[in-house]
Amino acid sequence: MKTAQQLSHGQAFSAAEVERIRSDFPALHQKVYGKPLVYLDNAATTQKPQSVVDALTGFYTRDCANIHRGVHLLSERATRAFEAARGRIKRFINAADEQEIIFVSGATEGINLVAQTFARMRLGPGDEILISAMEHHSNIVPWQIICQEKGARLRVIPMNGRGELLLDEYGQLLGSRTRLVAVTQVSNALGTINPVARMIEEAHRRQIPVLLDGAQAVPHMRVDVRALDCEFYVFSGHKMFGPTGVGVLYGKAGLLESMPPYQGGGDMISSVTFEKTVYNRLPHKFEAGTPDIAGVIALGAAIDYLENTGMDRIAAYECGLLGYAAGAMATLPGVRLIGTAPEKAGVISFVVDGVHPHDVGTILDQEGIAIRTGHHCAQPVMDFYGLPATARASLAFYNTRAEVDALVAGIRKVSEVFS
Amino acid sequence: MADLRELYQEVILDHHKRPRNCRRPEDANKHADGFNPLCGDKVSVFARVEDGVISDIAFQGTGCAISTASASMMTESLKGKSEAEAARVFERFHDLVTGKTPPEADASGLGKLAVFAGVRDYPVRVKCATLAWHTLRAALKDAGKTVSTE
Repeated sequence: MKTAQQLSHGQAFSAAEVERIRSDFPALHQKVYGKPLVYLDNAATTQKPQSVVDALTGFYTRDCANIHRGVHLLSERATRAFEAARGRIKRFINAADEQEIIFVSGATEGINLVAQTFARMRLGPGDEILISAMEHHSNIVPWQIICQEKGARLRVIPMNGRGELLLDEYGQLLGSRTRLVAVTQVSNALGTINPVARMIEEAHRRQIPVLLDGAQAVPHMRVDVRALDCEFYVFSGHKMFGPTGVGVLYGKAGLLESMPPYQGGGDMISSVTFEKTVYNRLPHKFEAGTPDIAGVIALGAAIDYLENTGMDRIAAYECGLLGYAAGAMATLPGVRLIGTAPEKAGVISFVVDGVHPHDVGTILDQEGIAIRTGHHCAQPVMDFYGLPATARASLAFYNTRAEVDALVAGIRKVSEVFS
Repeated sequence: MADLRELYQEVILDHHKRPRNCRRPEDANKHADGFNPLCGDKVSVFARVEDGVISDIAFQGTGCAISTASASMMTESLKGKSEAEAARVFERFHDLVTGKTPPEADASGLGKLAVFAGVRDYPVRVKCATLAWHTLRAALKDAGKTVSTE
Protein backbone atom coordinates (compact mmCIF):
# COMPACT_ATOMS: atom_id res chain seq x y z
CA MET A 1 0.00 0.00 0.00
CA LYS A 2 1.35 3.40 -0.96
CA THR A 3 0.13 6.27 1.17
CA ALA A 4 1.19 9.85 1.63
CA GLN A 5 2.64 9.00 5.02
CA GLN A 6 4.70 6.09 3.76
CA LEU A 7 5.93 8.09 0.83
CA SER A 8 6.89 11.03 2.96
CA HIS A 9 10.51 9.97 3.10
CA GLY A 10 11.01 13.14 1.10
CA GLN A 11 11.94 16.17 3.14
CA ALA A 12 9.13 18.71 3.60
CA PHE A 13 9.70 22.20 2.15
CA SER A 14 11.08 24.98 4.30
CA ALA A 15 9.09 28.22 4.57
CA ALA A 16 11.53 29.85 2.14
CA GLU A 17 11.07 27.03 -0.36
CA VAL A 18 7.28 27.36 -0.19
CA GLU A 19 7.64 31.08 -0.84
CA ARG A 20 9.75 30.32 -3.91
CA ILE A 21 7.13 27.81 -5.07
CA ARG A 22 4.37 30.37 -4.53
CA SER A 23 6.25 32.88 -6.66
CA ASP A 24 5.83 30.46 -9.60
CA PHE A 25 2.01 30.69 -9.40
CA PRO A 26 0.84 34.12 -10.61
CA ALA A 27 -2.84 33.69 -9.64
CA LEU A 28 -1.94 33.25 -5.97
CA HIS A 29 -0.74 36.84 -5.72
CA GLN A 30 -3.99 38.74 -5.87
CA LYS A 31 -6.41 40.32 -3.49
CA VAL A 32 -10.09 39.50 -3.29
CA TYR A 33 -12.33 41.98 -1.48
CA GLY A 34 -9.12 43.77 -0.49
CA LYS A 35 -7.71 40.71 1.26
CA PRO A 36 -4.91 38.40 0.10
CA LEU A 37 -6.31 35.38 -1.70
CA VAL A 38 -6.15 32.17 0.34
CA TYR A 39 -6.83 29.48 -2.24
CA LEU A 40 -8.05 26.28 -0.56
CA ASP A 41 -10.17 24.78 -3.34
CA ASN A 42 -7.47 22.61 -4.88
CA ALA A 43 -9.59 19.46 -5.03
CA ALA A 44 -11.86 21.35 -7.45
CA THR A 45 -9.02 22.71 -9.53
CA THR A 46 -5.47 23.84 -8.91
CA GLN A 47 -3.74 27.06 -9.88
CA LYS A 48 -1.14 26.93 -12.66
CA PRO A 49 2.57 27.68 -12.51
CA GLN A 50 3.90 30.25 -14.97
CA SER A 51 5.64 27.46 -16.90
CA VAL A 52 2.26 25.90 -17.73
CA VAL A 53 0.82 29.25 -18.81
CA ASP A 54 3.97 29.81 -20.91
CA ALA A 55 3.59 26.40 -22.56
CA LEU A 56 0.04 27.28 -23.62
CA THR A 57 1.07 30.71 -24.86
CA GLY A 58 4.16 29.27 -26.54
CA PHE A 59 2.13 26.81 -28.53
CA TYR A 60 -0.33 29.41 -29.74
CA THR A 61 2.31 32.05 -30.47
CA ARG A 62 4.96 29.86 -32.17
CA ASP A 63 4.07 26.23 -32.82
CA CYS A 64 0.35 26.28 -33.62
CA ALA A 65 -0.31 23.56 -36.17
CA ASN A 66 -2.18 20.30 -36.33
CA ILE A 67 -0.34 17.12 -35.39
CA HIS A 68 0.41 13.75 -37.02
CA ARG A 69 -0.42 15.01 -40.50
CA GLY A 70 1.43 18.06 -41.71
CA VAL A 71 4.74 17.86 -43.54
CA HIS A 72 5.60 21.43 -42.65
CA LEU A 73 7.91 22.52 -39.85
CA LEU A 74 5.27 23.89 -37.50
CA SER A 75 3.33 20.64 -37.65
CA GLU A 76 6.49 18.69 -36.96
CA ARG A 77 7.27 20.88 -33.95
CA ALA A 78 3.70 20.54 -32.62
CA THR A 79 3.73 16.76 -33.11
CA ARG A 80 7.09 16.44 -31.40
CA ALA A 81 5.97 18.50 -28.39
CA PHE A 82 2.65 16.61 -28.18
CA GLU A 83 4.27 13.18 -28.26
CA ALA A 84 7.03 14.31 -25.88
CA ALA A 85 4.28 15.10 -23.36
CA ARG A 86 2.99 11.54 -23.75
CA GLY A 87 6.47 10.30 -22.94
CA ARG A 88 6.64 12.47 -19.83
CA ILE A 89 3.32 11.13 -18.59
CA LYS A 90 4.43 7.56 -19.24
CA ARG A 91 7.49 8.13 -17.06
CA PHE A 92 5.54 10.07 -14.42
CA ILE A 93 3.14 7.20 -13.70
CA ASN A 94 5.68 4.52 -14.69
CA ALA A 95 3.64 2.97 -17.48
CA ALA A 96 5.35 0.27 -19.53
CA ASP A 97 4.82 1.95 -22.88
CA GLU A 98 3.78 5.28 -24.37
CA GLN A 99 0.99 3.58 -26.32
CA GLU A 100 -0.74 2.94 -22.99
CA ILE A 101 -1.24 6.68 -22.46
CA ILE A 102 -4.51 7.84 -24.06
CA PHE A 103 -5.31 11.55 -24.03
CA VAL A 104 -8.89 12.36 -23.07
CA SER A 105 -10.65 15.51 -21.87
CA GLY A 106 -10.38 14.54 -18.22
CA ALA A 107 -10.87 11.72 -15.73
CA THR A 108 -14.61 11.77 -16.51
CA GLU A 109 -14.06 11.02 -20.19
CA GLY A 110 -11.50 8.36 -19.30
CA ILE A 111 -14.09 6.51 -17.21
CA ASN A 112 -16.77 6.93 -19.87
CA LEU A 113 -14.39 5.54 -22.46
CA VAL A 114 -13.76 2.40 -20.42
CA ALA A 115 -17.49 2.05 -19.67
CA GLN A 116 -18.50 2.40 -23.32
CA THR A 117 -15.81 0.11 -24.76
CA PHE A 118 -14.38 -2.33 -22.23
CA ALA A 119 -17.50 -2.71 -20.07
CA ARG A 120 -19.84 -2.68 -23.07
CA MET A 121 -17.88 -5.61 -24.52
CA ARG A 122 -17.82 -7.66 -21.32
CA LEU A 123 -21.12 -6.98 -19.55
CA GLY A 124 -24.14 -9.21 -19.85
CA PRO A 125 -27.39 -9.50 -17.92
CA GLY A 126 -26.74 -10.29 -14.26
CA ASP A 127 -23.08 -9.27 -14.42
CA GLU A 128 -21.79 -6.79 -11.87
CA ILE A 129 -19.61 -3.73 -11.64
CA LEU A 130 -18.28 -2.92 -8.20
CA ILE A 131 -17.71 0.69 -7.09
CA SER A 132 -17.39 2.21 -3.62
CA ALA A 133 -19.57 4.33 -1.35
CA MET A 134 -17.24 7.31 -1.73
CA GLU A 135 -17.12 7.72 -5.50
CA HIS A 136 -17.41 11.00 -7.34
CA HIS A 137 -20.48 11.11 -9.62
CA SER A 138 -18.10 10.62 -12.55
CA ASN A 139 -17.26 7.14 -11.25
CA ILE A 140 -20.92 6.26 -10.62
CA VAL A 141 -23.02 7.53 -13.51
CA PRO A 142 -21.03 6.09 -16.48
CA TRP A 143 -21.38 2.63 -14.87
CA GLN A 144 -25.09 3.15 -14.19
CA ILE A 145 -25.63 4.00 -17.83
CA ILE A 146 -23.89 0.89 -19.18
CA CYS A 147 -25.34 -1.40 -16.47
CA GLN A 148 -28.83 -0.24 -17.31
CA GLU A 149 -28.24 -0.86 -20.98
CA LYS A 150 -26.84 -4.35 -20.41
CA GLY A 151 -29.11 -5.46 -17.57
CA ALA A 152 -26.08 -5.55 -15.27
CA ARG A 153 -25.93 -4.57 -11.59
CA LEU A 154 -23.94 -1.81 -9.95
CA ARG A 155 -22.79 -2.87 -6.50
CA VAL A 156 -21.25 -0.69 -3.81
CA ILE A 157 -18.45 -1.34 -1.31
CA PRO A 158 -19.68 0.18 1.98
CA MET A 159 -17.65 2.43 4.30
CA ASN A 160 -17.56 3.22 8.00
CA GLY A 161 -18.17 6.53 9.81
CA ARG A 162 -14.53 7.59 9.49
CA GLY A 163 -14.78 7.24 5.74
CA GLU A 164 -12.82 3.99 5.32
CA LEU A 165 -13.94 1.24 2.96
CA LEU A 166 -14.98 -2.01 4.66
CA LEU A 167 -12.51 -4.46 3.18
CA ASP A 168 -14.16 -7.61 4.51
CA GLU A 169 -17.35 -6.60 2.73
CA TYR A 170 -15.29 -5.81 -0.34
CA GLY A 171 -13.92 -9.35 -0.36
CA GLN A 172 -17.42 -10.75 -0.14
CA LEU A 173 -18.71 -8.52 -2.93
CA LEU A 174 -16.07 -9.80 -5.35
CA GLY A 175 -17.88 -12.63 -7.06
CA SER A 176 -18.13 -14.73 -10.16
CA ARG A 177 -20.32 -12.07 -11.81
CA THR A 178 -17.98 -9.14 -11.04
CA ARG A 179 -16.60 -7.87 -14.34
CA LEU A 180 -14.77 -4.78 -13.09
CA VAL A 181 -13.89 -2.94 -9.88
CA ALA A 182 -13.84 0.87 -10.25
CA VAL A 183 -12.68 2.76 -7.17
CA THR A 184 -11.15 6.08 -6.32
CA GLN A 185 -7.60 6.11 -4.98
CA VAL A 186 -8.28 9.28 -2.95
CA SER A 187 -11.78 10.52 -2.07
CA ASN A 188 -12.51 14.06 -3.23
CA ALA A 189 -15.16 14.57 -0.55
CA LEU A 190 -13.43 12.94 2.44
CA GLY A 191 -9.72 12.82 1.61
CA THR A 192 -9.50 9.08 2.41
CA ILE A 193 -6.58 7.31 0.76
CA ASN A 194 -7.93 3.88 -0.10
CA PRO A 195 -5.71 0.78 0.22
CA VAL A 196 -5.90 0.27 -3.52
CA ALA A 197 -2.83 -1.98 -3.87
CA ARG A 198 -4.39 -4.49 -1.51
CA MET A 199 -7.78 -4.16 -3.19
CA ILE A 200 -6.24 -4.77 -6.62
CA GLU A 201 -4.43 -7.87 -5.34
CA GLU A 202 -7.67 -9.23 -4.00
CA ALA A 203 -9.55 -8.55 -7.25
CA HIS A 204 -6.74 -10.13 -9.28
CA ARG A 205 -6.95 -13.32 -7.24
CA ARG A 206 -10.33 -13.67 -8.91
CA GLN A 207 -9.09 -12.40 -12.31
CA ILE A 208 -11.19 -9.24 -11.95
CA PRO A 209 -9.75 -6.11 -13.60
CA VAL A 210 -9.56 -2.81 -11.69
CA LEU A 211 -9.93 0.82 -12.76
CA LEU A 212 -8.58 3.48 -10.42
CA ASP A 213 -9.84 7.06 -10.39
CA GLY A 214 -6.62 8.92 -9.66
CA ALA A 215 -7.89 12.48 -10.13
CA GLN A 216 -7.25 13.35 -6.46
CA ALA A 217 -4.18 11.13 -6.04
CA VAL A 218 -1.82 12.12 -8.86
CA PRO A 219 -1.32 15.73 -7.68
CA HIS A 220 -0.38 14.64 -4.16
CA MET A 221 1.60 11.41 -4.19
CA ARG A 222 3.85 9.33 -6.41
CA VAL A 223 1.78 6.94 -8.50
CA ASP A 224 3.29 3.85 -10.10
CA VAL A 225 0.72 2.05 -12.25
CA ARG A 226 2.98 -0.95 -12.75
CA ALA A 227 3.56 -1.38 -9.01
CA LEU A 228 -0.19 -1.01 -8.43
CA ASP A 229 -0.83 -3.38 -11.36
CA CYS A 230 -4.22 -1.76 -12.08
CA GLU A 231 -5.74 -2.37 -15.50
CA PHE A 232 -6.90 1.24 -15.96
CA TYR A 233 -5.97 4.54 -14.30
CA VAL A 234 -7.58 7.92 -15.04
CA PHE A 235 -6.70 11.47 -14.01
CA SER A 236 -7.34 15.10 -14.99
CA GLY A 237 -4.75 17.69 -15.96
CA HIS A 238 -6.36 20.64 -14.24
CA LYS A 239 -6.23 19.06 -10.78
CA MET A 240 -2.47 18.60 -11.14
CA PHE A 241 -1.51 22.20 -12.01
CA GLY A 242 -2.10 21.67 -15.74
CA PRO A 243 -4.80 23.17 -17.96
CA THR A 244 -8.49 22.28 -18.01
CA GLY A 245 -9.86 20.15 -20.84
CA VAL A 246 -7.16 17.49 -20.87
CA GLY A 247 -6.69 14.28 -18.96
CA VAL A 248 -5.24 10.80 -19.25
CA LEU A 249 -6.50 7.26 -19.46
CA TYR A 250 -3.82 4.69 -18.78
CA GLY A 251 -4.65 1.13 -19.77
CA LYS A 252 -2.65 -2.05 -20.06
CA ALA A 253 -1.75 -2.41 -23.73
CA GLY A 254 -3.25 -5.90 -24.12
CA LEU A 255 -6.63 -4.70 -22.88
CA LEU A 256 -6.59 -1.52 -24.94
CA GLU A 257 -5.80 -3.61 -28.02
CA SER A 258 -8.82 -5.82 -27.35
CA MET A 259 -11.22 -2.90 -26.93
CA PRO A 260 -13.30 -1.41 -29.75
CA PRO A 261 -12.77 2.28 -30.55
CA TYR A 262 -14.61 4.87 -28.45
CA GLN A 263 -15.25 7.49 -31.10
CA GLY A 264 -14.79 7.40 -34.84
CA GLY A 265 -13.10 10.13 -36.81
CA GLY A 266 -9.79 11.44 -38.01
CA ASP A 267 -6.46 10.26 -36.57
CA MET A 268 -7.95 7.04 -35.18
CA ILE A 269 -7.82 5.29 -38.55
CA SER A 270 -5.18 3.67 -40.75
CA SER A 271 -7.32 3.57 -43.85
CA VAL A 272 -10.89 4.34 -44.73
CA THR A 273 -13.02 3.25 -47.64
CA PHE A 274 -16.79 3.31 -47.76
CA GLU A 275 -16.71 -0.46 -47.32
CA LYS A 276 -14.20 -0.82 -44.52
CA THR A 277 -12.10 1.11 -42.04
CA VAL A 278 -8.89 -0.16 -40.49
CA TYR A 279 -8.30 1.40 -37.12
CA ASN A 280 -5.03 3.03 -36.19
CA ARG A 281 -2.66 1.43 -33.71
CA LEU A 282 -2.54 2.45 -30.05
CA PRO A 283 -2.78 5.04 -28.64
CA HIS A 284 -4.28 6.79 -31.68
CA LYS A 285 -7.14 4.30 -31.97
CA PHE A 286 -8.72 6.07 -28.99
CA GLU A 287 -7.86 9.63 -30.00
CA ALA A 288 -10.35 10.59 -32.71
CA GLY A 289 -10.28 14.16 -33.97
CA THR A 290 -7.86 16.96 -33.24
CA PRO A 291 -7.01 16.74 -29.54
CA ASP A 292 -6.31 19.58 -27.12
CA ILE A 293 -2.76 19.92 -28.45
CA ALA A 294 -1.87 22.99 -26.41
CA GLY A 295 -3.42 21.43 -23.33
CA VAL A 296 -1.43 18.21 -23.68
CA ILE A 297 1.83 20.12 -24.15
CA ALA A 298 1.03 22.29 -21.11
CA LEU A 299 0.18 19.16 -19.10
CA GLY A 300 3.69 18.00 -19.94
CA ALA A 301 4.98 21.27 -18.50
CA ALA A 302 2.93 20.69 -15.32
CA ILE A 303 4.53 17.27 -14.94
CA ASP A 304 7.99 18.78 -15.40
CA TYR A 305 7.11 21.23 -12.65
CA LEU A 306 5.92 18.47 -10.29
CA GLU A 307 8.99 16.33 -10.97
CA ASN A 308 11.38 19.22 -10.46
CA THR A 309 9.60 20.05 -7.21
CA GLY A 310 9.66 16.39 -6.17
CA MET A 311 6.57 14.26 -5.55
CA ASP A 312 8.05 12.77 -2.37
CA ARG A 313 8.74 16.21 -0.97
CA ILE A 314 5.25 17.39 -2.00
CA ALA A 315 3.69 14.40 -0.19
CA ALA A 316 5.80 15.02 2.91
CA TYR A 317 4.97 18.73 3.01
CA GLU A 318 1.25 18.22 2.47
CA CYS A 319 1.15 15.52 5.12
CA GLY A 320 2.60 17.96 7.66
CA LEU A 321 0.27 20.74 6.55
CA LEU A 322 -2.77 18.47 6.83
CA GLY A 323 -1.73 17.46 10.35
CA TYR A 324 -1.34 21.12 11.28
CA ALA A 325 -4.75 21.98 9.79
CA ALA A 326 -6.52 19.06 11.51
CA GLY A 327 -4.99 20.11 14.83
CA ALA A 328 -6.03 23.73 14.35
CA MET A 329 -9.56 22.79 13.29
CA ALA A 330 -9.91 20.60 16.38
CA THR A 331 -9.58 23.72 18.57
CA LEU A 332 -12.70 25.26 17.03
CA PRO A 333 -15.88 24.78 19.04
CA GLY A 334 -18.88 23.51 17.08
CA VAL A 335 -16.77 22.37 14.11
CA ARG A 336 -16.93 18.72 13.06
CA LEU A 337 -14.62 17.09 10.53
CA ILE A 338 -16.30 14.78 8.00
CA GLY A 339 -13.88 12.07 6.92
CA THR A 340 -11.40 11.11 9.62
CA ALA A 341 -9.67 8.10 8.12
CA PRO A 342 -6.11 7.71 9.43
CA GLU A 343 -4.83 7.57 5.84
CA LYS A 344 -5.84 10.91 4.38
CA ALA A 345 -4.78 13.35 1.68
CA GLY A 346 -5.14 17.11 2.06
CA VAL A 347 -8.93 17.35 2.04
CA ILE A 348 -10.69 18.83 5.07
CA SER A 349 -14.46 18.44 4.84
CA PHE A 350 -16.23 20.03 7.78
CA VAL A 351 -19.51 21.34 9.12
CA VAL A 352 -20.13 24.17 11.60
CA ASP A 353 -22.94 23.61 14.12
CA GLY A 354 -26.05 25.57 13.22
CA VAL A 355 -24.53 27.13 10.11
CA HIS A 356 -25.20 25.87 6.59
CA PRO A 357 -22.00 25.22 4.59
CA HIS A 358 -23.12 27.70 1.97
CA ASP A 359 -23.16 30.48 4.56
CA VAL A 360 -19.72 29.33 5.75
CA GLY A 361 -18.47 29.61 2.17
CA THR A 362 -19.87 33.11 1.63
CA ILE A 363 -18.39 34.45 4.86
CA LEU A 364 -14.98 32.87 4.19
CA ASP A 365 -15.06 34.27 0.65
CA GLN A 366 -15.44 37.75 2.09
CA GLU A 367 -12.24 37.07 4.03
CA GLY A 368 -10.46 36.17 0.80
CA ILE A 369 -10.61 32.43 1.51
CA ALA A 370 -11.75 30.25 -1.39
CA ILE A 371 -13.24 26.91 -0.33
CA ARG A 372 -15.88 24.65 -1.87
CA THR A 373 -19.29 24.10 -0.35
CA GLY A 374 -21.97 21.66 -1.44
CA HIS A 375 -22.10 17.95 -2.13
CA HIS A 376 -18.77 17.87 -4.02
CA CYS A 377 -20.32 15.74 -6.77
CA ALA A 378 -20.63 12.95 -4.22
CA GLN A 379 -24.28 13.02 -3.14
CA PRO A 380 -24.19 9.42 -1.85
CA VAL A 381 -21.40 10.45 0.56
CA MET A 382 -23.55 13.32 1.85
CA ASP A 383 -26.53 10.95 2.24
CA PHE A 384 -24.32 8.53 4.19
CA TYR A 385 -23.52 11.24 6.73
CA GLY A 386 -27.08 12.60 6.67
CA LEU A 387 -25.84 16.00 5.55
CA PRO A 388 -27.13 18.19 2.73
CA ALA A 389 -23.62 19.50 2.12
CA THR A 390 -20.25 20.16 3.71
CA ALA A 391 -17.66 22.90 3.53
CA ARG A 392 -14.37 21.64 2.10
CA ALA A 393 -10.91 23.14 2.31
CA SER A 394 -8.44 21.27 0.11
CA LEU A 395 -4.67 21.76 0.19
CA ALA A 396 -1.89 21.92 -2.35
CA PHE A 397 1.86 22.17 -1.83
CA TYR A 398 1.76 25.95 -2.32
CA ASN A 399 -0.47 26.44 0.72
CA THR A 400 1.08 27.60 3.99
CA ARG A 401 0.44 27.32 7.70
CA ALA A 402 -0.40 31.03 7.68
CA GLU A 403 -3.20 30.24 5.21
CA VAL A 404 -4.48 27.49 7.49
CA ASP A 405 -4.43 30.06 10.31
CA ALA A 406 -6.47 32.42 8.10
CA LEU A 407 -8.99 29.63 7.51
CA VAL A 408 -9.30 29.02 11.24
CA ALA A 409 -9.74 32.76 11.91
CA GLY A 410 -12.34 32.86 9.13
CA ILE A 411 -14.32 30.02 10.70
CA ARG A 412 -14.22 31.89 14.02
CA LYS A 413 -15.74 34.84 12.19
CA VAL A 414 -18.50 32.56 10.85
CA SER A 415 -19.36 31.58 14.42
CA GLU A 416 -19.28 35.27 15.39
CA VAL A 417 -21.75 36.28 12.66
CA PHE A 418 -24.07 33.44 13.64
CA SER A 419 -23.62 33.74 17.41
CA MET B 1 -17.52 42.66 8.44
CA ALA B 2 -19.71 45.65 7.55
CA ASP B 3 -20.39 44.11 4.15
CA LEU B 4 -21.33 40.76 5.65
CA ARG B 5 -23.80 42.43 7.98
CA GLU B 6 -25.53 43.83 4.90
CA LEU B 7 -26.22 40.24 3.87
CA TYR B 8 -26.62 38.61 7.25
CA GLN B 9 -28.96 41.19 8.81
CA GLU B 10 -30.17 40.54 12.37
CA VAL B 11 -33.70 39.91 11.10
CA ILE B 12 -32.40 37.28 8.68
CA LEU B 13 -30.31 35.55 11.36
CA ASP B 14 -33.31 35.60 13.69
CA HIS B 15 -35.59 33.96 11.12
CA HIS B 16 -32.84 31.42 10.38
CA LYS B 17 -32.59 30.45 14.04
CA ARG B 18 -36.31 30.55 14.74
CA PRO B 19 -38.10 30.05 11.43
CA ARG B 20 -41.79 31.02 11.52
CA ASN B 21 -44.54 28.84 10.06
CA CYS B 22 -42.16 25.90 9.82
CA ARG B 23 -44.80 23.16 9.81
CA ARG B 24 -46.98 21.08 7.57
CA PRO B 25 -50.60 22.29 7.78
CA GLU B 26 -53.17 19.49 7.79
CA ASP B 27 -55.61 21.38 5.61
CA ALA B 28 -53.21 22.67 2.95
CA ASN B 29 -54.62 22.37 -0.56
CA LYS B 30 -51.49 23.55 -2.40
CA HIS B 31 -48.03 22.04 -2.16
CA ALA B 32 -44.75 21.93 -4.07
CA ASP B 33 -41.13 20.94 -3.38
CA GLY B 34 -38.09 23.01 -4.31
CA PHE B 35 -34.47 21.95 -4.65
CA ASN B 36 -31.25 23.87 -5.14
CA PRO B 37 -28.68 21.32 -6.36
CA LEU B 38 -25.86 23.84 -5.92
CA CYS B 39 -26.04 23.79 -2.12
CA GLY B 40 -28.46 20.93 -1.44
CA ASP B 41 -31.21 23.22 -0.12
CA LYS B 42 -34.61 21.55 -0.03
CA VAL B 43 -37.87 23.25 0.76
CA SER B 44 -41.51 22.16 0.77
CA VAL B 45 -44.11 24.92 0.66
CA PHE B 46 -47.71 24.34 1.76
CA ALA B 47 -50.63 26.73 1.37
CA ARG B 48 -54.33 26.80 1.91
CA VAL B 49 -56.04 28.96 -0.68
CA GLU B 50 -59.71 29.84 -0.28
CA ASP B 51 -61.51 32.06 -2.77
CA GLY B 52 -58.20 33.22 -4.20
CA VAL B 53 -56.85 34.20 -0.79
CA ILE B 54 -53.89 32.52 0.95
CA SER B 55 -55.47 31.79 4.32
CA ASP B 56 -52.52 29.72 5.55
CA ILE B 57 -48.96 29.24 4.34
CA ALA B 58 -46.07 27.26 5.81
CA PHE B 59 -42.84 25.51 4.84
CA GLN B 60 -40.45 22.76 5.84
CA GLY B 61 -36.95 22.02 4.70
CA THR B 62 -33.22 22.32 5.17
CA GLY B 63 -31.24 25.23 3.87
CA CYS B 64 -28.77 28.01 4.42
CA ALA B 65 -29.59 31.08 6.47
CA ILE B 66 -30.66 33.07 3.42
CA SER B 67 -33.02 30.43 2.06
CA THR B 68 -34.50 29.54 5.46
CA ALA B 69 -35.06 33.18 6.44
CA SER B 70 -36.51 33.95 3.02
CA ALA B 71 -38.99 31.06 3.32
CA SER B 72 -39.90 32.08 6.85
CA MET B 73 -40.42 35.75 6.01
CA MET B 74 -42.30 34.85 2.83
CA THR B 75 -44.88 32.93 4.85
CA GLU B 76 -45.26 35.86 7.26
CA SER B 77 -45.68 38.44 4.53
CA LEU B 78 -48.07 36.50 2.28
CA LYS B 79 -50.54 35.14 4.81
CA GLY B 80 -53.92 36.74 4.14
CA LYS B 81 -52.88 38.06 0.71
CA SER B 82 -54.65 37.20 -2.52
CA GLU B 83 -52.82 35.04 -5.07
CA ALA B 84 -52.53 38.08 -7.35
CA GLU B 85 -50.98 40.16 -4.54
CA ALA B 86 -48.58 37.31 -3.75
CA ALA B 87 -47.46 37.22 -7.38
CA ARG B 88 -46.79 40.99 -7.29
CA VAL B 89 -44.79 40.71 -4.04
CA PHE B 90 -42.69 37.92 -5.58
CA GLU B 91 -41.98 40.09 -8.60
CA ARG B 92 -40.89 43.03 -6.43
CA PHE B 93 -38.85 40.71 -4.19
CA HIS B 94 -37.16 39.18 -7.21
CA ASP B 95 -36.31 42.63 -8.59
CA LEU B 96 -34.88 43.58 -5.19
CA VAL B 97 -32.54 40.59 -4.78
CA THR B 98 -31.39 40.64 -8.40
CA GLY B 99 -30.59 44.36 -8.17
CA LYS B 100 -33.18 45.51 -10.70
CA THR B 101 -34.74 47.80 -8.11
CA PRO B 102 -32.71 50.94 -7.29
CA PRO B 103 -31.62 50.83 -3.61
CA GLU B 104 -33.61 53.94 -2.63
CA ALA B 105 -36.86 52.31 -3.80
CA ASP B 106 -36.27 49.11 -1.85
CA ALA B 107 -38.60 49.69 1.03
CA SER B 108 -41.61 50.47 -1.15
CA GLY B 109 -44.23 47.84 -0.58
CA LEU B 110 -41.92 45.07 0.56
CA GLY B 111 -41.91 45.92 4.25
CA LYS B 112 -39.63 43.65 6.26
CA LEU B 113 -38.59 41.78 3.12
CA ALA B 114 -36.40 44.79 2.24
CA VAL B 115 -33.69 43.26 4.50
CA PHE B 116 -32.86 40.96 1.58
CA ALA B 117 -31.52 43.91 -0.44
CA GLY B 118 -27.98 42.83 0.49
CA VAL B 119 -28.35 39.64 -1.57
CA ARG B 120 -27.91 41.68 -4.77
CA ASP B 121 -24.17 41.93 -4.02
CA TYR B 122 -23.91 38.11 -3.89
CA PRO B 123 -25.17 36.82 -7.25
CA VAL B 124 -24.61 33.16 -6.34
CA ARG B 125 -26.94 33.58 -3.37
CA VAL B 126 -29.93 34.89 -5.37
CA LYS B 127 -31.10 31.30 -5.86
CA CYS B 128 -31.04 30.78 -2.09
CA ALA B 129 -33.21 33.84 -1.53
CA THR B 130 -35.75 32.94 -4.21
CA LEU B 131 -36.02 29.14 -3.81
CA ALA B 132 -39.06 29.23 -1.50
CA TRP B 133 -40.73 31.82 -3.71
CA HIS B 134 -40.32 29.80 -6.89
CA THR B 135 -41.63 26.80 -4.98
CA LEU B 136 -44.68 28.72 -3.80
CA ARG B 137 -45.38 29.85 -7.33
CA ALA B 138 -45.31 26.21 -8.47
CA ALA B 139 -47.60 25.24 -5.57
CA LEU B 140 -50.13 27.93 -6.47
CA LYS B 141 -50.04 26.82 -10.10
CA ASP B 142 -50.61 23.26 -8.92
CA ALA B 143 -47.59 22.32 -10.97
CA GLY B 144 -47.01 19.47 -8.51
CA LYS B 145 -43.45 18.74 -9.64
CA THR B 146 -40.20 19.57 -7.92
CA VAL B 147 -38.82 23.00 -8.70
CA SER B 148 -35.08 23.14 -9.30
CA THR B 149 -32.96 26.27 -9.35
CA GLU B 150 -30.68 24.77 -11.99
